[in-house]
Amino acid sequence: MAKTAIALTVNGEAVEALVEPRTLLVHFLREQLNLTGTHIGCDTSHCGACTVDLDGRSVKSCTLFAIQAEGAEIRTIEGMAGADGTLHPLQEGFREMHGLQCGFCTPGMIMRAYRLLQENPRPTEDEIRTGMAGNLCRCTGYQNIVRAIQFAAAKIAGESLQEAAE
Amino acid sequence: MNEISETREAREARLQGLGCKRKRVEDIRFTQGKGSYVDDLKLPGMLFGDFHRSPYGHARVKSIDTSRAKAVPGVLAVLTAADLKPLKLDWMPTLAGDVQAVLAGDKVLFQGQEIAFIVATDRYTAADAADLVEVEYEELPALVDPFKAMTPEAPILREDIKDKTEGAHGKRKHPNHIFTWEVGDREATDLAFRDAEVTIKELISYQRVHPCPLETCQSVAAFDKIKGELTVWGTFQAPHVVRTVAAILSGIPEHKIHVIAPDIGGGFGNKVGVYPGYVCAIVASIVTGRPVKWVEDRIENLSATAFARDYHMTAEIAATKAGKVTGLRVHVLADHGAFDACADPSKWPAGFFNIVTGSYDFPTAHVTVDGVYTNKAPGGVAYRCSFRVTEAAYCIERAMDILARKLGLDPAELRMRNFIRREQFPYHSALGWEYDSGDYHAAMQKALDTVGYQALRAEQKAKQEAFKRGETREVMGIGVSFFTEIVGAGPSKNCDILGIAMFDSAEIRIHPTGAVIARMGTKSQGQSHETTYAQIIASEIGIPADDVMVEEGNTDTAPYGLGTYGSRSTPTAAAATAMACRKIRAKAQMIAAHLLEVHHDDVEFDIDRFRVKGMPERFKTMKDIAWTAYNAPPPGLEPGLEAVSYYDPPNMTYPFGAYICVMDIDLDTGVAKVRRFYALDDCGTRINPMIIEGQVHGGLTEAFAIAMGQEIAYDEIGNVKGASFMDFFLPTAVETPRWETDFTVTPSPHHPIGAKGVGESPNVGGVPAFSNAVNDALAFLGATHIQMPHDAWRIWKAAEALGAQG
Repeated sequence: MAKTAIALTVNGEAVEALVEPRTLLVHFLREQLNLTGTHIGCDTSHCGACTVDLDGRSVKSCTLFAIQAEGAEIRTIEGMAGADGTLHPLQEGFREMHGLQCGFCTPGMIMRAYRLLQENPRPTEDEIRTGMAGNLCRCTGYQNIVRAIQFAAAKIAGESLQEAAE
Repeated sequence: MNEISETREAREARLQGLGCKRKRVEDIRFTQGKGSYVDDLKLPGMLFGDFHRSPYGHARVKSIDTSRAKAVPGVLAVLTAADLKPLKLDWMPTLAGDVQAVLAGDKVLFQGQEIAFIVATDRYTAADAADLVEVEYEELPALVDPFKAMTPEAPILREDIKDKTEGAHGKRKHPNHIFTWEVGDREATDLAFRDAEVTIKELISYQRVHPCPLETCQSVAAFDKIKGELTVWGTFQAPHVVRTVAAILSGIPEHKIHVIAPDIGGGFGNKVGVYPGYVCAIVASIVTGRPVKWVEDRIENLSATAFARDYHMTAEIAATKAGKVTGLRVHVLADHGAFDACADPSKWPAGFFNIVTGSYDFPTAHVTVDGVYTNKAPGGVAYRCSFRVTEAAYCIERAMDILARKLGLDPAELRMRNFIRREQFPYHSALGWEYDSGDYHAAMQKALDTVGYQALRAEQKAKQEAFKRGETREVMGIGVSFFTEIVGAGPSKNCDILGIAMFDSAEIRIHPTGAVIARMGTKSQGQSHETTYAQIIASEIGIPADDVMVEEGNTDTAPYGLGTYGSRSTPTAAAATAMACRKIRAKAQMIAAHLLEVHHDDVEFDIDRFRVKGMPERFKTMKDIAWTAYNAPPPGLEPGLEAVSYYDPPNMTYPFGAYICVMDIDLDTGVAKVRRFYALDDCGTRINPMIIEGQVHGGLTEAFAIAMGQEIAYDEIGNVKGASFMDFFLPTAVETPRWETDFTVTPSPHHPIGAKGVGESPNVGGVPAFSNAVNDALAFLGATHIQMPHDAWRIWKAAEALGAQG
């Protein structure tokens, strides 16, 4: 199948590639860019394991073609930790609050939570639950995911982490 | 660090041993997207396989034409049953003693059954070509209702075994019959019912559901023609068993098969068995000489690989008017689908369903189970439970509520009157188990006190009165559930898989610097083994958990074990871990005595060191001992410090718990809201409370999903009615209730550290708690038993049938 050239930014780096028009963004990220942190859990855009950040929005990368990302700025889980290896407060929060078990949904959860906190830096529990409703987890029952996001929100706001942990 | 002045508390804390809320080791990679799941694997020249599947539930295959598929550029091979037959791989054995078609030959027996395996250079091309396989069918009448399976007019499904009157588990009564399993004392039970003052009888169905881990089943097979070696990476909960089965099936010697289970994105029983996809990927790799990846999509996962439950249980209880149970009789009709592919230990065709007497002191009981074939996907796996234990717990917990209602007794009170008493342990149940330990009354009382049970009942009564006066349309349900699990298969004397005894193992090696590598025969799919096994080692041999690396899943390096399912890792491999540690400690004691120049009876273990008895300032740390073990061992002692343990448990373990669910139901919409859910678990010794709590949250959420909406349903011609996330209920953060956890601790007397296992308890105890709450809410309107799943539509319908819809 004929390929189309695309140019985009992924985790701060300029990327140019040839893709089939039908190539899904998630397959492009995973197979062409080897960014395998973004996962695939369903075929119907429900599970959110493939969530990445695209031009300031959360998107399910299984629901976009790679060519639709032409010119876009994308951030994936691999772009969350600092260059020096410092974990993002969300990554830290998920570990501190035991917000993951098998880890399969975790990259999508963190990417969605990242955008949620950009939009609403101090969400209530209900706002977190609603804001995360596009991401499924089969292991945790969400309770500790909520706490992980609260932990991160507090840390980003420079508040006492003990409060968030309570 | 000053090893002498440091307090005992500081030394204990540094170990992060048993009972510590240690943060997870696994999270470092998972939170950074650096897990390595099967689909992340990329090998040079790797091909992709995809299936062409049956659109029919039951049909004769008249011809298969693969020519158009083969003509697609990029397609290297298309396998059908005809290609597998000369290799004797068109059928494969199941774990339950049946056979399953790898690729359908003459007949398809369920919608979604595998017919052809297309191998291509990329997954898109394979999927394109899969659509181009042309199959000519003659549609046959489908058998969907298990209650019709053994009628004279039922279509015969399994023509391959239609004349076999003897199955893997005894006599077959009908060509669609798989087995009858019987346990207990029929005569004594009949007598109990004859003499009973009160009896109840109810058909309690547990619908077909699916474990549905977020990562589907997948594998990569790579056959090296030159070396004659096969490497398979896959989503395997039991990698060693997969290797043995692969060796038996393929004829490749077992040492030339390398099975590797990397990170697994949840299993819940879905990843125990061997699926056609694994076999086809292996064959395709041998045929093409290139690595072949197979990844099922979600619809394939829900419609073809390993469903759970589909148990239709007719339960009867005999009791006195005073509320003392005197007998239990259960008949189960078990719908196994097209092939019997249960993942139970081989001698247990209905798993451990005979735990169905639950937590109660039944003097006698009798159980029969009939397994039948239908035109549905095979499976019958233990979805986050030990083998058929959730079915059993649901059955008895519903039945006890129904009995309470009939007796006019409070359901909690009825349970209290019939619990096995603390002094009766070890307790021999009427159906043959030896319960190891328990204190049911204390656990139940704690649960009742914590939720303020009497006040809740008073509130419920007031609401019912208000409802009757027409002041509200909301009713309230209080679901009480008390479960006893049986986990940790198993003693090898009664548990094996295809003859492979169900022990488990640990191999622990302490390096000269005191850093540890530990390998086990189990395989985590989210259970946090890398974190928790290290905690056991830390407490047992006094080396900080952070200095212990735990590795599982590679059959070349890990000791042989039966894998992780049925909450068996803690009862088996964790026990093996403790036992291996104790071997190491015994040798360490000799070395310490040598270093301290005293007799080995004069030294004692103390947290992280051996010290001279009565002289705490004279000691050697485990670090000192490790160095000495390699570089200056005592005369006559071999160098090195390592041990292996294969642990065959003397008994299973019996975790238990008391769950209470408070639910408000709007009868105008049928919407049920969980107001409060309290879960008290007793899993014996608690290795990591944070992880236990997390597992309870997760298991309760799965239980909530099952009770309140999950179902893999079929229409009358065998079409799966909704096998995607459009239809299959997986609760989001919005629907999921808040969980409240609590515990008591009753250690297992036979487990080296007293631990019992916990991962599956919340599913086992949770489902009856939700269902009892729904039934309890509607009982005052006359409901006896409302079948699951309790989605809003069904609750509304049930209320309507009770005349509660205006």
